[in-house]
Amino acid sequence: MIRHLLSGADLDAATATQILDTAAEMATVAGREVKKLPALRGRTVVNLFYEDSTRTRISFEAAAKRLSADVINFSAKGSSVAKGESLKDTALTLQAMGADAVVVRHPASGAPHRLANWVDGSVVNAGDGTHEHPTQALLDAYTMRSRLGRIAGLHVAVVGDVLHSRVARSNVLLLSTLGAKVTLVGPPTLIPVDIPQALAPGTDVSYDLDTVLPGVDVVMMLRVQRERMNDSYFPSAREYARRYGLDGPRMRRLPEHAIVMHPGPMNRGMEITPEVADSPRSTIVEQVANGVSVRMAVLYLLLGGNNR
Amino acid sequence: MAYPPAAHPSPPRQPSVKVILAAADVSRVVDRIAHQILEKTQGAADTVLLGIPTRGVPLAKRLAARISTFEDVTVPVGVLDITLYRDDLRRHATRAVGPTDLPSDGIDGKRVILVDDVLFSGRTVRAALDALSDVGRPASVQLAVLVDRGHRQLPIRADYVGKNIPTALAESVKVTLAETDGADEVKLYGGASA
Repeated sequence: MIRHLLSGADLDAATATQILDTAAEMATVAGREVKKLPALRGRTVVNLFYEDSTRTRISFEAAAKRLSADVINFSAKGSSVAKGESLKDTALTLQAMGADAVVVRHPASGAPHRLANWVDGSVVNAGDGTHEHPTQALLDAYTMRSRLGRIAGLHVAVVGDVLHSRVARSNVLLLSTLGAKVTLVGPPTLIPVDIPQALAPGTDVSYDLDTVLPGVDVVMMLRVQRERMNDSYFPSAREYARRYGLDGPRMRRLPEHAIVMHPGPMNRGMEITPEVADSPRSTIVEQVANGVSVRMAVLYLLLGGNNR
Repeated sequence: MAYPPAAHPSPPRQPSVKVILAAADVSRVVDRIAHQILEKTQGAADTVLLGIPTRGVPLAKRLAARISTFEDVTVPVGVLDITLYRDDLRRHATRAVGPTDLPSDGIDGKRVILVDDVLFSGRTVRAALDALSDVGRPASVQLAVLVDRGHRQLPIRADYVGKNIPTALAESVKVTLAETDGADEVKLYGGASA
């Protein structure tokens, strides 16, 4: 059993499938009157967030609480980090407080890997810079499996700002482990040249969304991350929306069964139009609900037993 | 201080295996429990059978099938996974969670009969009672087991017992069922005496 979840590559097919199966059981708890399980009673989970986040932090908090763990929320604003404390000193403080798991989001790629060497507890990467976001990939895989019944053999198009997207990286790794084929679609400036093949052989790249759409089972739209853009990667937002935005006519070119995903938060009108986002093909709200179940499964598998 | 040497060196201890119930016995025992349930529950009215995985589940299904043969009543059968309620989670590597599958009418106000293969320490049943209170509020809870081997560590007893097997702590009881293991049998392993 793995001790940390830092990357989509930490999971082999069997472990990933076990997490998805466990998540399916955890999902039934959401429908019960008593939405609580005693599995992590007396364990402490620290949410260490150096970057703004709504859904991921709330999702991890809900997941830990449904498993009866104690949750300590830490955000860089209003903490000693504002006074200049280093990540290592913060980690040692958490260690001294007896954190069994640290869920970390950090603007620097690789921060969770460093953290994992400093603390005794499990570290879960909740997004590091432009690197990885493995629980998002797991919840995306869970959503695909519950909508389409399988993952192996699916053709998934990941569309948009791949360069800055940790969601894309983790998804490429996990989906190829689980036997799906991924095609990355976006403007050449937003797709790293060598990364797709390095992440997972068999990953395709296309710069033309319209030719890819008719052959896919899943379209995953990525958010255009304006806050990460110091340079102009495309001439204008309108041009981006016209070439790579998913609108009604494009959606109708998809196969009948295909679903539309988005990790959120959306820029409506930029990479996705409201017509698509609110259509029955869109799984965006489902993804949020599934996020809690998947994170419960991850926390249970990391903390539930004696895995030291 | 040493014990006096044995008169002749004893042969290495072979783990002994003793068949307690053969296939025909298991089926007779299940029939008897089904009759007892009908008798004690006034014809299995408002009764739900919940099997505890792994082997409690096929046992619960068999009991329901026998009850419907004897009296022509249909007893809802469900599955209650207790993994997340165990008190020994932290002593082992993470256990896989199985499905919990309750009858569509739920268990509120019903007489729930928990079904398991072996009653030993009582800790599984304790976990099942906790799990039960999180999924509903039954009117009453009873317990049916194929084998009671004693050595309780909690104040728990069974309402329906297929077979009482007096055991030593070092011994182990293994139930196999056709549905899960290919054949019906109850065996007692271990102990020095054959």
